[in-house]
Amino acid sequence: MTPAGALGAAAQVVLVGAGSPLLVGAMRQVRARMEGRAGAGVAQPWRDLRKLLRKEAIAADGTGPLFRIAPLVLAATALVAAAVVPIATTASPLDGSADLFAVTALLALGTVALALGGLDTATAFGGMGASREMVVLALVEPTILLSVFALSGRVGSTDLGAIVGSALHRPELVVSPVSLLAAVALAVVVIAETGRIPVDNPATHLELTMIHEAMVLEYAGPDLALVEWASAMRLTVLLGLFANLFAPWGIADASGAMPPVIALPIAMAVFTGKVALLGGALAAGEVFMAKLRMFRVPELLAGSFVMALLAVAASYFLA
Amino acid sequence: MTAAAFAAALALGLLGALAGMAAPRRVRPFVAGSCTAASGGAGVVAGVAALTGHPWTAWLPHLLPLAGTRLAIDPLGGLFIAVTGAVGVCAGVYGIAYARPLGRAVQAVTPLFLAAMLLVPAAASVSTFLLAWELMAVASLLLVLAEHRHRASVREAGLWYAVMTQAGLVALLGGLVGFAAAAHGESFARLREAGHALSPGVRAAVFLAVFAGCASKAGIVPLHVWLPRAHPEAPAHVSALMSAAMVNLGVYGVVRVGFDLLGGGPVWWWLVVLAAGAASALYGILQAVVATGLKRLLAYSTCENMGLVLIGTGAAGLLAHAGAHTLAALALTAALLHVVNHAAFKTVLFLAAGSVVRAAGTGNLDALGGLRTRMPVTTVLFGVGALGASALPLGSGFVSEWLLLQGLIKAHGSGGTPMAVTMPLAVAVVALTAGLAVATFVKAFGVGFLARPRSDQAGSAAEVPDAMLLGGALAAACCVLLALVPAAVVPGVARAVRVLVPGPDAVTGAATLRLHGVASTLSPLWIAVALAVALAVLRLGVARRARRKARLWDCGMGPLSARMEYTATSFAEPLQRVFENVLAPETGVHVTPLAESSYLVERVTYRARVGDRIERRLYRPVIAAAARCGEGARRLANGSVHRYLGYGFCAFTGVLIVLAVTR
Repeated sequence: MTPAGALGAAAQVVLVGAGSPLLVGAMRQVRARMEGRAGAGVAQPWRDLRKLLRKEAIAADGTGPLFRIAPLVLAATALVAAAVVPIATTASPLDGSADLFAVTALLALGTVALALGGLDTATAFGGMGASREMVVLALVEPTILLSVFALSGRVGSTDLGAIVGSALHRPELVVSPVSLLAAVALAVVVIAETGRIPVDNPATHLELTMIHEAMVLEYAGPDLALVEWASAMRLTVLLGLFANLFAPWGIADASGAMPPVIALPIAMAVFTGKVALLGGALAAGEVFMAKLRMFRVPELLAGSFVMALLAVAASYFLA
Repeated sequence: MTAAAFAAALALGLLGALAGMAAPRRVRPFVAGSCTAASGGAGVVAGVAALTGHPWTAWLPHLLPLAGTRLAIDPLGGLFIAVTGAVGVCAGVYGIAYARPLGRAVQAVTPLFLAAMLLVPAAASVSTFLLAWELMAVASLLLVLAEHRHRASVREAGLWYAVMTQAGLVALLGGLVGFAAAAHGESFARLREAGHALSPGVRAAVFLAVFAGCASKAGIVPLHVWLPRAHPEAPAHVSALMSAAMVNLGVYGVVRVGFDLLGGGPVWWWLVVLAAGAASALYGILQAVVATGLKRLLAYSTCENMGLVLIGTGAAGLLAHAGAHTLAALALTAALLHVVNHAAFKTVLFLAAGSVVRAAGTGNLDALGGLRTRMPVTTVLFGVGALGASALPLGSGFVSEWLLLQGLIKAHGSGGTPMAVTMPLAVAVVALTAGLAVATFVKAFGVGFLARPRSDQAGSAAEVPDAMLLGGALAAACCVLLALVPAAVVPGVARAVRVLVPGPDAVTGAATLRLHGVASTLSPLWIAVALAVALAVLRLGVARRARRKARLWDCGMGPLSARMEYTATSFAEPLQRVFENVLAPETGVHVTPLAESSYLVERVTYRARVGDRIERRLYRPVIAAAARCGEGARRLANGSVHRYLGYGFCAFTGVLIVLAVTR
């Protein structure tokens, strides 16, 4: 572990931890303004988290230790992912854990913990949410791995730092057909993984259409705060990863000339801008779209899978 | 060292068999189980000794008439012997308590079965190999049939298993005997020398026959039909031995003959292997995700994992043929490491499933639930196994699947268009399999062990005896070790790989795994440490507070009943719908109206079943045709003596005519 890597990881965790609720707030604000409402302000998610954290902890009847530990596992996986993914720096603190498979599997571990927590409640809603979340997870996996496959072709490694670094040094790679196809595929995947419209509606109040919200229906107080915070962090990490895979400029390069003390703040500011832009675009898109029926979602994911497959084919035949 | 340990393993196996027959009833399970475990332990020692550079060969000319017995343990055989032995230790300890009510036959045959499995990778001539293979098949068949007096379904499962395993033996026998005849010698050393020089037609025939025989043992689609039948009916520790150790020997046969004895082959051989593996992985996990029986689910998961191993093997064969030996070694290391991981987690899962069936009286997930308070240790054990099987970080399967994906991705650029077309598809198959495996094991663990009991049987389950817990705990400890410190076994696997593909070790490193020639690294230990730190910080910061008990959200309707929970069937329904075209579920709704009016409904019955489509489409017609032939033959023999004399007369005349014409 290099000092620069450790510093970068700490900066990333702080940035994602503190900034992700603001991102959610900004996205809600964009939606509110576009729908003609005043909105609650960018800092509202933080105020909600503070309120939830002050409430007493609840043990729902008949739930076991897994129900209690699931929000912790979810938040822990999101924090570790925030530390290893190249958000502000390409120098990974954990040598060799910034592998895209490892990060995907890490985020999946958090989802699985929450799904088990949902099943543990022994209610129909918990089981329903868990079942649907697992369907989305199972169908998203092939697309992610194939996109990684396509992107890793140009560097010969699945290490995220290496992929981002190569795009930094050879910008022409970013506008290649491989990159563009993989970007479309990954965009769908990010939307599905973070539970946004059209796959899932984070603002829904109708249990029967819920995916993520049905799973966490029984959580309250500090537990709910953790779940909400972790979801916001996952959204930030995935959007940030997407941004840096396809537009890496501004990130502190591990082999760069600038000392990390100067490069890191710049990188963090650029990253904030990139993620805010992506989040705003996502929120604006959601205003004009309705949620898909549950059984139409596989078709959307199959489409993204085909894109990823085309990207891999292109990476071989255009190389 | 190797020789002494291996001889001890075989002797202890035989001793266990004798004790299982003759020891007094009170101590019989203990003695037989201890002998099995000790035999497995000696097998581990022998295997590890062979892996660490003490190979061993022996020629016992008088043990068998005509051919004699030829044994040799090289690192490849050593790896499989060590894995089999380790599974044997866990199963033996578990059996001390589990096999008590099962009767003499199970206790006597289990150690014999283990000894036969230890013998297969040590065989160094065709006759010895086939003998050990058949001994293993017959012993396992006897064990599958153990409870035939209690359930009629055991007999049917036994029949399926007997037919499939014997058909596999016929294929293997044909292939290997043909090979020996063409090579003018039956020792493996002789076959190795002659393997290259045979004509391509003979080589292909040998490989395909051996592959078919081994695939039926490994449960590869479409030869998997015995697995989901035999496993639910066999005793749990026998299931563990079969599913974690015996199926591996199918893989052993393929790599031994394909890589070692035949010295590799053309592209299409390995494409066949790869395609069979991909079909098996996908079909196995799709069936597992909709299965409701716990042991049936695990059996299909075995199909899936053996499919993944064959994907790695096929990719390695393709790469070796293309001359990319480093990458071939990487793919093969991934495949063999997955064999080791699969053995570890499948042992835990089957032993825990056996405990559940013993304690709750049912393995039907739709009737289970709530076991976490009643059987806490078993729940933890199953959880460890499920984590390993679902290829998530902190689980053992994750490391080998990561290696497999690395191998497949890197293979893409080398080897021309066949690789460029097949590798992305293989990656997609592995990825979809990984995703569905997560769903499968969330279902198995979440529905089976968490929540509330869905039946009275599950509600009255109690924790099983200590020996059963200890057997599972040993395997779970192996799982944890493999997940966190894979470097503990990777050098051994690399040595086994070097027997097949020459070159440097593909995977090195201690806490962080580094790949030779590929710029990718993975450190499962550091991921675990980072997660633990994050968890500890969060726990200190947020969640340490006294909790108030509160009601669940019941929509204001009053307390929820266990009938309202999601079941395994309902959990898998969305996936069943997504993959409807592959699974072809049979559903039927039958509405019975009241007698007074057809508009008023008296009763609605709903029936849903997901059968094995391959069995229905491929095997049923063959069975029906065989049955028709049998019916036809019966009409020829109607009991009339005159008719039989007529048949004899006609046959005799026919023979005479043939002789007269041809001489």
